[in-house]
Amino acid sequence: MTSNVQAPARAAGKTTTMPAAMILLAGWLVPGAGHFLLRKWIRGSLIFISIVAMFGIGLALKGKIYSPNTAELLDMLNFAGNLGTGLLYVIARVFDLGQASVQVATADYGTKFIVVAGLLNIISAVDAHSLATGRKAS
Amino acid sequence: MTISHFGAVLLFSFFTSIIFGITQRSDPRMMIRFGAFCFALFVGGTIAGSWLMWLIKH
Repeated sequence: MTSNVQAPARAAGKTTTMPAAMILLAGWLVPGAGHFLLRKWIRGSLIFISIVAMFGIGLALKGKIYSPNTAELLDMLNFAGNLGTGLLYVIARVFDLGQASVQVATADYGTKFIVVAGLLNIISAVDAHSLATGRKAS
Repeated sequence: MTISHFGAVLLFSFFTSIIFGITQRSDPRMMIRFGAFCFALFVGGTIAGSWLMWLIKH
């Protein structure tokens, strides 16, 4: 007996001729770029505004930008979250934005804003990839 | 920049709910509904948790 479990997921088919990996990479590097490549302008704009705003608020609250380290597990996980913001993280490191350590109480909120912005950006990039491969209908 | 605790909750919930709505649903109407649902859950959950902590302390 054959199973059709995967059939609805694949029904939409590929929505672009571009390689899905490229859309995933673009979505990671620039928030919303994956959706822009798929011509989903409103979604891409909302994602871009949300991620950049969260990252900016995090920096304004004196949040910490993590650097590569092997010191503590939580530091490594936070670094992975920071990396999720793609080029925003690179810009923050190049221009020395963010704090090296949390010094005021609200800076902890800022740190979380930055980490969550990265994690949400990864979700958005994967969503764009799913749209490109046809795994997500629209 | 200074921000109140509740202000931080509102901003965090707002932007996070937008991303959740877009990525977790396919139909635009359902995206808005799910985003609003997430926002209400974030804010409501925080308020409920805050009162719970207040009750535990008193």
